[in-house]
Amino acid sequence: MTASTPPTTRGALERREARLAWSLLFPTIAIVSLVIILPLLSIFWISFKPVGLADLRPVAPVIRESLRSSGDDFRIEYRVRNSSQQKEVRGLTLTDTIPAGVTLGALPQVCALTGDTLFCDFGDVPGGFNERVRIPVTLDGDPEVLEDIVEGSEPTATGSGDNILTNAEFTLDNFARIFDSKEFLSVLWATVFYTVVGTIGALVIGLFAALLLNKEFAGKGVLRGLYLFPYVSPIIAVAFTWVTLFDPFSGSLNALLIQMGVVEAPINFFGQRPLALIMVTVFEIWRYFPLSFLFILARMQSIDTDMYEAADMDGASPFQKFWYLSLPMLLGILSVLFLLRFIWTFNKFDDIFLLTGGNAGTRTLTVNVYEQAFAISNIGAGAAVAVVVFATLLVFSVFFFKYISQEEGL
Amino acid sequence: MSVLRNGAVTAGVIGLLWAFVIAVTVAVTLSFASGLGFRPGALGCVILGVGGGLALIYLRAVPFLLAGFVAVSVVLMFTPLSPMQFTEGVPLGWQLLSVVAFGVFTLWPMRVMLVEAHPGDLTRHAFEDAVIRFLTGFGYIVFTAAVLIPFYVMVMTSLKSQQALLKNPLDFSIDLSRGLDLFRSYFELFGQFNFGSYLWTSFYVSVLTVLITLAFSVPGAYAVARLRFKGRAAFSRSILLIYMVPMIVLALPIYIAFSMTGLRNTIPGLLMIYPVTTIPVALYMLQGYFRGLPGEVEEAGLMDGLSRLQVIWKITLPLSLPAMVSVSLYVFMIAWNEFLLAFMLLDDPSKFTLTRGVAMLNSSEIPRQHLMAGAVIATVPIMALFLGLERFMTKGLTAGSVKG
Repeated sequence: MTASTPPTTRGALERREARLAWSLLFPTIAIVSLVIILPLLSIFWISFKPVGLADLRPVAPVIRESLRSSGDDFRIEYRVRNSSQQKEVRGLTLTDTIPAGVTLGALPQVCALTGDTLFCDFGDVPGGFNERVRIPVTLDGDPEVLEDIVEGSEPTATGSGDNILTNAEFTLDNFARIFDSKEFLSVLWATVFYTVVGTIGALVIGLFAALLLNKEFAGKGVLRGLYLFPYVSPIIAVAFTWVTLFDPFSGSLNALLIQMGVVEAPINFFGQRPLALIMVTVFEIWRYFPLSFLFILARMQSIDTDMYEAADMDGASPFQKFWYLSLPMLLGILSVLFLLRFIWTFNKFDDIFLLTGGNAGTRTLTVNVYEQAFAISNIGAGAAVAVVVFATLLVFSVFFFKYISQEEGL
Repeated sequence: MSVLRNGAVTAGVIGLLWAFVIAVTVAVTLSFASGLGFRPGALGCVILGVGGGLALIYLRAVPFLLAGFVAVSVVLMFTPLSPMQFTEGVPLGWQLLSVVAFGVFTLWPMRVMLVEAHPGDLTRHAFEDAVIRFLTGFGYIVFTAAVLIPFYVMVMTSLKSQQALLKNPLDFSIDLSRGLDLFRSYFELFGQFNFGSYLWTSFYVSVLTVLITLAFSVPGAYAVARLRFKGRAAFSRSILLIYMVPMIVLALPIYIAFSMTGLRNTIPGLLMIYPVTTIPVALYMLQGYFRGLPGEVEEAGLMDGLSRLQVIWKITLPLSLPAMVSVSLYVFMIAWNEFLLAFMLLDDPSKFTLTRGVAMLNSSEIPRQHLMAGAVIATVPIMALFLGLERFMTKGLTAGSVKG
């Protein structure tokens, strides 16, 4: 008999509960690591690699087989090609089955026949390798039918090229390139302006909208739904609508401004510095104010009205009530919204990409990722920008967690 | 400040500003509606605005004032002091309409704004009240215009012909005699550009994304909300962290991986990525809701011999049906509106989603009204869903914090 003491280890029930929890979480963890964590890690790897868009096509042998004739002489022709112009393919071989009814003549040096299996060994071939192997044949049967049979039996090829993504070649060129260029400062400026002004603008405008709707009146529901339109509709639809609306040649807004006598000549809103940057920021505010509006309105409606009645009794004016009562109550949600929106505005890619394509001084860091990787076809440099983006975000998220944990509910 | 707080000054200034706001609003509205040239007239606005404001606080007879104000506006229309100016060729009927609208919309709301104002010094309360009422009216107009104009332009442009658009970009009047030909862009999109198939692709991709997301996030959310295990807090936080990974940073390696494995240009490839971008949001929203459910009901179920999985299926899920609808709608919206991944991963026009299809229309060879018709086709389904289930949608948006 042992004396009964409180358990010092974890009990069976507790362990079972933890096991169940992990097994419920496992699918999520697995798929998230596969699709998010793995790509994130690979970004770091790629950013140190000299990879271009063309390198994504694997280096491999390409073989085409055909049966040809000149007069009564028939021959099988294998066209052996290296898919890459620069990289060599090592250990290139070709194996093909010769169908019945076809007898091979003199074989070239690289090839040998065992039974009905033809085997050719080309060794290591350089980039741009392109050779025809011709083997004279005698046919026993209808050439038309045999042609189909010969060309129907696909030859198999072996041989592997050096893959730039997996070899041990590393470089710092990508980082040197993105930090060196004069563009970097302009990219940084566009990012800072877009993020800071866009975030604060969306918050302030959202606050105004919430103040407008924080009272009961007929048609309030309609207006509330209407003010959410910009956020709910697909980005592609609203971005192209803005481009159409502000078009310098056929845009309605320019026509309106000219007609009202505000401007003399049409303005190229999305095509000139620094107006383009201001316009994409205005678009950002327009599209995301509904979100801050929704949150602020929800918080406003949960504020106790007793407080305002007391303030009325004490003779507070409307502005005083807003400044001394509403605003302090909203400070929590405003700061959380600011942090979240700041990070997501910083992350935003689609909006600017669709509005200006990153031209006219609107290239932010995220647009630069695309620009480097796909427009300049330098995947490595794109990945380097992505690493910069990610590092910046890590710094933000430290702030985020430090402050957000004080705010319950989000 | 004290000068401003004089009742007459307050009424005059607010009247002046409001008259300008209304004149601009009427001019813009009528220009957009008719394509004719309307412009606010500065002098007329000053005279009528100040006069109207003062008249309101000195003579309180509103119906009489309203009639008088409109009449004066109409009379001024024939002088250089008209509150609205017109370019040549505006018919008299339109001119009258604009001036009457100006009169009514200027004076009627101004009566509400100046309800507490009176001649002589105003209290701080009365003064601020008038200012706030003015700002409120101004706010309604600005917000509504800013939101409505782009959508109005989107719909109307899609109904115009190329020539009409180039001739006068402002003219959005609809020529009803064209009949069904109005919808020509739409017929061409569905006929020649395969938009029917894009619509269907977008629909089933979004629905499958919702289903896969729920299948993963419901058990995960339940575990985080109800079960005790080491690392629970850390797990909740890392979910939030995943929110913050920018899509473009992920899109690059995914593009590389998909190019090498041949998953590019396939819908299954897209379906591998979409749910993962929404699972963290869904999990976070759902666990918040699960926490709010009473645990006693579930414990009763456990006591009666249900297993945990049965408890989730038979008790938790039916109880959280509203939350499931919100989450599904929200995820559907994200998947339906998704553009970046579809743009990067799909090149084959037979496999496009709707957003990718609309992006294809953005070329100089395809007329603008086709692009706008495509935008309308992409917007209408999600709008219909949103308006029909707005209560769930707004709840989903607020619960899903601020994923954008």
